[in-house]
Amino acid sequence: MKIIPIANSTIALSECEETEGTVTKQLLPLTRREFLSGTGILFGSIAMGSTLAALAPSPAWALELKTLSTAEGTTLMKMGRVLYPHAKLPDAVYALLAKDLDAGDAKTVAMLKDGIASLNKAAKGNFDNANDAAKLVAVKSIEGTPFFNAVRGKCITSLYDNDMAYAAFGYPGSSWDKGGYITRGFQDLKWLPEPSKEASPEPYMG
Amino acid sequence: MAKFGYDEAVVVIVGSGAGGGTLANELCQKGVKVVVLEAGALQSPATFLNDEWKSFSQLAWLDNRTTSGNWRVAKDFPNLPTWICKTVGGTTTHWAGASLRLEAHEMKAKTTYGNLKGANLQDWPITLKDLEPYYAKAEDKMGVTRTNGIPGLPGNNNFKVLHAGAKKLGYKEVHTGNMAINSVPRHDRGRCMQIGFCFQGCKSGAKWSTLYTELPAAEKTGNIDLRPDSHVTRIEHNDAGKVSGVIYFDKDGKEQRQKARVVCVAGNSIETPRLLLLSASNKFPDGLANSSGQVGRNYMRHLTASIYAAFKEPVHMYRGTTMAGIIRDEAGNNTKRGFVGGYEMETLSLGLPFMAAFLNPGGWGSEFSWWMEQYANLAGMWIVGEDMPRETNRVTLHKDLKDKWGSAIPNVHFDDHDNDLAMRNHAFTAGENVYKAAGAIKTFRTPPYPSTHNLGTCRMGLDAKTSVCNSFGQTHDISNLFISDGSQFTTGGAENPTLTIVTLAIRQADHIAAQMSSKNL
Repeated sequence: MKIIPIANSTIALSECEETEGTVTKQLLPLTRREFLSGTGILFGSIAMGSTLAALAPSPAWALELKTLSTAEGTTLMKMGRVLYPHAKLPDAVYALLAKDLDAGDAKTVAMLKDGIASLNKAAKGNFDNANDAAKLVAVKSIEGTPFFNAVRGKCITSLYDNDMAYAAFGYPGSSWDKGGYITRGFQDLKWLPEPSKEASPEPYMG
Repeated sequence: MAKFGYDEAVVVIVGSGAGGGTLANELCQKGVKVVVLEAGALQSPATFLNDEWKSFSQLAWLDNRTTSGNWRVAKDFPNLPTWICKTVGGTTTHWAGASLRLEAHEMKAKTTYGNLKGANLQDWPITLKDLEPYYAKAEDKMGVTRTNGIPGLPGNNNFKVLHAGAKKLGYKEVHTGNMAINSVPRHDRGRCMQIGFCFQGCKSGAKWSTLYTELPAAEKTGNIDLRPDSHVTRIEHNDAGKVSGVIYFDKDGKEQRQKARVVCVAGNSIETPRLLLLSASNKFPDGLANSSGQVGRNYMRHLTASIYAAFKEPVHMYRGTTMAGIIRDEAGNNTKRGFVGGYEMETLSLGLPFMAAFLNPGGWGSEFSWWMEQYANLAGMWIVGEDMPRETNRVTLHKDLKDKWGSAIPNVHFDDHDNDLAMRNHAFTAGENVYKAAGAIKTFRTPPYPSTHNLGTCRMGLDAKTSVCNSFGQTHDISNLFISDGSQFTTGGAENPTLTIVTLAIRQADHIAAQMSSKNL
């Protein structure tokens, strides 16, 4: 499992308060731009008071891209949401997808940039601004391409192997360090008839 | 740990899993000097990880392989035909612990099932009766529940769902299985903590693995020299056609030659035939022990399909043992179902990361997402059924691709037999019925994925023209070369194979020791 490796944002919360997970461009603080030297930056915030907010280093998050532009990173995030749509997952999780793809070699980066361009083309110019149905059509039209396969494959590890996804879907991860489930509900299901003691003997408790 | 010289003609065992690890200990107990060459690194319960991907990197055999054939694995996992381990203890670190004996009729597959077109069936050269005393020893050694007075394990929530559905349908033989997992403390190992993560190496050591049972017991005798990180590339022979030593790359990447009096190959059913094929020479141009042409053929992987079901209420299937219970009623041979052989239904659970990877490989979109969001409310089962041996399902050496030691990588070709397809369809329906009876709102048929049960590629038989080894795993062509893993299986049966692999290793050790005493080896 990955712990959210997103940098702790120094952006004041009030400056990027929003509800949809995106921030309008004019609110970008210039100082932040100077501080980050990458090719692009993705950022947003996790709704205060949600269970996921407790996991993040800060409700506001920012992610520096090494090779992709902000627009390209944003497109990958949105493509991730079309492939694996989860209202329960904040943009911060989809940003992990962009981050993990961004880590590739020059050949991969070129493939991603070309793929993003073809996705925009399939969405009649601008994938990000297309409506949900048009986004789905665009993604379907590139299914099976190396770009599609690379993004879809990366989604499996980027989206589902991190602490926010664990929390959102109810998977606690490691259990040995908590003593397993022998005293923590491994047989607490009550909505079906109990098996007989022959079929399922009592646990040995010493 | 003993250290034997490269020039000492010892018994060399390639692999330290269920076959190799058990054989090593059994021989050491009889005073035989053994060198075990294990390709993987040494781990321990302390280093095992409750993290699916990290553990996969730590334990799984990830060397490149290629695939071909009509099986879906070739499309979804073209370079990962199996989910087995490269680590000391082999796949006994990863196995779930199910320990079932083969059935008498399964060991007479040709007699029982008859001539099936496209299937290369044979009867085993031994019967269940021959194996029974050794099965008893294996069950005691491994601490199998519901044998030797050992109580069954307590069933977890995933089992409760399976059990409730099965009982509603009238299935009779439904319980928490015969498991090589301590339900009570035994043989210096504690009882199961219901940690889950059985596939990732048991952190409490309650599950039997050669890593912390057979191999330390062998070490106490002073007769074992266990060399981890030692990848064998070739078995050598002398002018008389007997094997004389093995070539391997040690932990520093240095090529070594270990002299051998006997060589036992237990590298699992891909690497074992591959090593025999890689060892081809002028005298044995088709590879060692391959005068029958059967080395690498008859590859079986058990039926391996799974079913997940979503419920309105939480299940939390990940809590506790992965294989928490079984329905055995479909295991018999009832041809009225439209196929020969049978299958077991066993609970299965995956963590969230592997659920994403294996639920529907390649799948995406809102339906896939829906299933992931049901995670806490899912129950799961695995189908383990007898698949048909086919001569054309085989491990061969790749024409072009080489591994880092310069050896040809293996290609695994597999086409499903019609009998496999008919059985899988029946099992999917039966599994769905179990969950519907328990109140499932939706069920999902997960296709076969990389298999942990890999069998048959150096089969045993009476006839040297149609099989690779005899009932002791001794190859027909080379009397001091043995097959010591699941590759020996003549046919697969429906049962999880580890118990039988251990049983055959105990029997093989008796044979080797006796032959050594009488100077036949």
